[in-house]
Amino acid sequence: MYCNFKSQGFKKRNCAKSVLEKRTIFLLVKPRSAAQQRHSVTATESKMAGADGDDSLYPIAVLIDELRNEDVQLRLNSIKKLSTIALALGVERTRTELLPFLTDTIYDEDEVLLALAEQLGNFTMLVGGPEYVHCLLPPLESLATVEETVVRDKAVESLRKISQEHSPVDLEVHFEPLVKRLASGDWFTSRTSACGLFSVCYPRVSSTVKAEIRQHFRTLCSDDTPMVRRAAASKLGEFAKVLELDYVKSDIISLFTALASDEQDSVRLLAVEACVSIATLLPQEDLETLVMPTLRQAAEDKSWRVRYMVADKFSELQKAVGPEITKNDLVPAFQNLLKDCEAEVRAAAANKVKEFCENLPEDSREQIIMTHILPCVKELVSDTNQHVKSALASVIMGLSTILGKDNTIEHLLPLFLAQLKDECPEVRLNIISNLDCVNEVIGIRQLSQSLLPAIVELAEDAKWRVRLAIIEYMPLLAGQLGVEFFDEKLNTLCMAWLIDHVYAIREAATCNLMKLVEKFGAEWAQNTIVPKVLGMANDPNYLHRMTTLFCLKLYWLLFFENTFALSEACGQDITTKQMLPVVLKMSNDQVANVRFNVAKSLQKIGPVLDSNALQAEVKPVLEKLATDTDMDVKYFAQEAINSVLALQRSD
Amino acid sequence: MSAISASEKVDGFTRKSVRKAQKQRKSQGSSQYRTQSAPVELSPLPQLKDAPSTEQQELFTQKLQQCCMLFDFFDSVTDLKSKEIKRATLNELVDYVSTNRGVLVESAYPEITDMICTNIFRTLPPSDNPDFDPEEDEPTLEASWPHIQLVYEFLLRFLENPDFQPSIAKRYIDQKFVLQLLELFDSEDPRERDFLKTILHRIYGKFLGLRAFIRKQINNIFLRFIYETEHFNGVAELLEILGSIINGFALPLKSEHKQFLMKVLIPLHTAKALSLFHAQLAYCVVQFLEKDPTLTEPVIRGLLKFWPKTCSQKEVMFLGEVEEILDVIEPTQFKKIQEPLFKQISKCVANPHFQVAERALYFWNNEYILSLIEENIDKILPIMFGSLYRISKEHWNPTIVALVYNVLKTLMEMNCTLFDELTSSYKADRQREKKKEQERDELWKNLEELRLNNTTLVQNNSHGLPGVHNNNNNNNNNNNNINISSNNDTQDKSVDMSIF
Repeated sequence: MYCNFKSQGFKKRNCAKSVLEKRTIFLLVKPRSAAQQRHSVTATESKMAGADGDDSLYPIAVLIDELRNEDVQLRLNSIKKLSTIALALGVERTRTELLPFLTDTIYDEDEVLLALAEQLGNFTMLVGGPEYVHCLLPPLESLATVEETVVRDKAVESLRKISQEHSPVDLEVHFEPLVKRLASGDWFTSRTSACGLFSVCYPRVSSTVKAEIRQHFRTLCSDDTPMVRRAAASKLGEFAKVLELDYVKSDIISLFTALASDEQDSVRLLAVEACVSIATLLPQEDLETLVMPTLRQAAEDKSWRVRYMVADKFSELQKAVGPEITKNDLVPAFQNLLKDCEAEVRAAAANKVKEFCENLPEDSREQIIMTHILPCVKELVSDTNQHVKSALASVIMGLSTILGKDNTIEHLLPLFLAQLKDECPEVRLNIISNLDCVNEVIGIRQLSQSLLPAIVELAEDAKWRVRLAIIEYMPLLAGQLGVEFFDEKLNTLCMAWLIDHVYAIREAATCNLMKLVEKFGAEWAQNTIVPKVLGMANDPNYLHRMTTLFCLKLYWLLFFENTFALSEACGQDITTKQMLPVVLKMSNDQVANVRFNVAKSLQKIGPVLDSNALQAEVKPVLEKLATDTDMDVKYFAQEAINSVLALQRSD
Repeated sequence: MSAISASEKVDGFTRKSVRKAQKQRKSQGSSQYRTQSAPVELSPLPQLKDAPSTEQQELFTQKLQQCCMLFDFFDSVTDLKSKEIKRATLNELVDYVSTNRGVLVESAYPEITDMICTNIFRTLPPSDNPDFDPEEDEPTLEASWPHIQLVYEFLLRFLENPDFQPSIAKRYIDQKFVLQLLELFDSEDPRERDFLKTILHRIYGKFLGLRAFIRKQINNIFLRFIYETEHFNGVAELLEILGSIINGFALPLKSEHKQFLMKVLIPLHTAKALSLFHAQLAYCVVQFLEKDPTLTEPVIRGLLKFWPKTCSQKEVMFLGEVEEILDVIEPTQFKKIQEPLFKQISKCVANPHFQVAERALYFWNNEYILSLIEENIDKILPIMFGSLYRISKEHWNPTIVALVYNVLKTLMEMNCTLFDELTSSYKADRQREKKKEQERDELWKNLEELRLNNTTLVQNNSHGLPGVHNNNNNNNNNNNNINISSNNDTQDKSVDMSIF
């Protein structure tokens, strides 16, 4: 998307051995020849420190040496351990030696500077607490002027953090002058940084200073460079929140109007964001005159980026302007966005359909949706762009709860059906994953009758993610359809998934079967599932044989958790008489993967077997597996023996 | 349900290239907010050349107005007749302004610029392919090109017409016009960018009053590209224009221009898509250095600061640029940067990526560079020797090893004694480095201990045993510090240990 401003991740660069080297350092003033430098610098320093017997000299010496290192990584490491060094130095020396030194090092690699900017935000206690916190301002001020956005942003973040630790007096004496200096800096970077600092100091300064701050902000809003205007526009909402209402009306509105009609669309779109905060602050009666003209204009901006932003913020805007304006202005605007000529805008608007409808005033909600929104939605269902359709599919089901049963059946169901048959898998997926909300409204019978054919078709969809979504929906469907209907229509599907060629589907199918057993009971399982699953134990494909194992294992565990009512005798019967032999027989499988999965399964089901079976049948098999030629089989067999035997002992 | 191929059934993942090939849409309409109703059908006007000269001007205006009608080229079947009429008219207009004298009367200027603005100024549509790779992917072409091309052609002929008067035109070709023109450089269509390049160049040449403004706006575009979006299609074209602009700068250079070099051109080297405009960028940089050799040092230092760390392809480009700079460097300037520069070159020579190593070693084929090295051999040889000596034994690529031998031989011939000295002290130097490494580890260990003691002290104190050396106030501070920076893992360790 357009607003994909670089947020993190440095471009890897190499370093010049920085200016640092020249400006070092108060400890070692004596200039050294290149030859000497090649020799151990550290040794000299450590000797110096050692000779004095003053251990406290270590940290600064280490830091300086590391900061001079040609390897950025080492420089970075030492900056990241800055708190260690400061701690060892004590607050006094941190203030008088470390900080001035750091202020001088602001010529390094951006990555080192980023680490430094971050560290300094947590330094208040290390310089002696809030009364000395202003000592941190000089290095952070320099960092707030560097070119690299990531560093600058971090410096501003740290400045915002420590601004809270300033006393009101310090704020005016130290912090506010810094903001002013940044705001009137030569290069755009410092002015950009200043934009983020106004709102944190404004509430805590005297009214004269407040007036100055407002003036500075105003200047930056009409800055010459679009970069600064963008920064100001993005902080406009935040700044408005800390201003007194009168000034919001007198100052902010004019700035907002100006930024919203900036010549650059990248500035205008940021004003849309501010619009939300500003509209929230103003009393209802002022909105029409102060905000709406600008908002209307933004919704019809000639740049699709601005319209996209309006669509993207639509729910927030709707809440901010209230029901009356929504009815009169936002509904037609929303219709236009849904019909926009750019797919990006339509997709953003489509995403908001449900939220917008939900938040409509209740008295006229249904009427507005039916006459204004639904016709647009109907068109979007057959949009040419798949992102638009898929955005719509992810929210359209939510409309059924708002519109109620009759409208859903009459108007929405055909749309759902159309989308279920869409050529794009993502659209189908989004519909399937939201079936439950429709279910609540129109009931499963109705739903299944109309949707079942489509669902059956999707169960064999070429995209496995679509099949997966259908499987996950199956237990819900089964539970409400009842056994008979299920056996008739869906059982074959559930069994077919067990031999799907994608593992994720087989796995999901296995879990799905267990959920079905929970619903329909063991008898049903005994009659429909168990024979089929046991039959697969002889399948020529080893993957299918493994599926049998997985099914049996889960079934066993499920059974012994007693989560469904069933006479225990019957259950014991099924498991020991029918299933255990099958599992044990598979220990002779020619594929090692099957054999070690036998071992793993036995380990799992061991705890629920009776000790006779365990001793007589399971143990010999495991012991045999433990002598297998395959390394993995041996390993898992041994694991199983250990845990099964441990069990016996505890018995 | 569409039939799926066997291969897709097996892995379910289609390759990117296959997915991309399936995309058919290759052209795109312009994103104009189409509030206006459907275009009215155009009816052909008589030919200009057939009209009596008294009526020509009037007809010219009419034709210009006719060409203000916009058509939807996305829909290839509608308005075919009108589209053809407009195309023919535009062709005729191009012809008219390029062959006839005396047609550019003052009253025509607003009509002409109006027609141009209506047609070319539009918000570019969102990219069809969000991760568009200009090197691999086919660009999306402008759908309305059949018309737009002719409008650009017309604008160009208009500007180049001998009767063209900037003093009149500046009322219409103003800052706003230029700003919109510059934004069009982001077009994905290379044909459009090519036209824009020539047109902007003409405007820069003819409108003295707009020059500073144009430079500043290009500045802003680049800064946004570097620090905000990392996306702009027309960087190469803008740099090409700048190349010739820089060429014309008067000496001494204004500080504004120097700032542009250091704060814009050098950081441009950090862009991910550097390969798309590196040739033009390097040209601009070298132009600056030819104008003012004293800029060499800051430029080289800037390049070294942004030297690529992980992208070998970019590293090769940087080396190419450095060679271009060295080709024009003055010996006095060379002395100023030789140490940091050759430290970097020594790293490049030892790069495991053979193309990087090879590119760096090729410096030794350059006569001028060779003479500079020879002049300063006592400084450069000690820097280079370690890497060269090591890779002559270790590099995996035989070509590189062979090249290194040649380079070593050349260097040896330059100063035999120093070479022998370095050879004999090589081992000792390596050991010294190792020792230095150990000592550094040792120091950090000591520091950790120091900090450990400090923490223990604090722990004791917080248990009500006042320390002798520290006052209470200090301790409290220290105690807090630990909480603040406990994300540091060494810190955690020390806290843990102090509990025992």
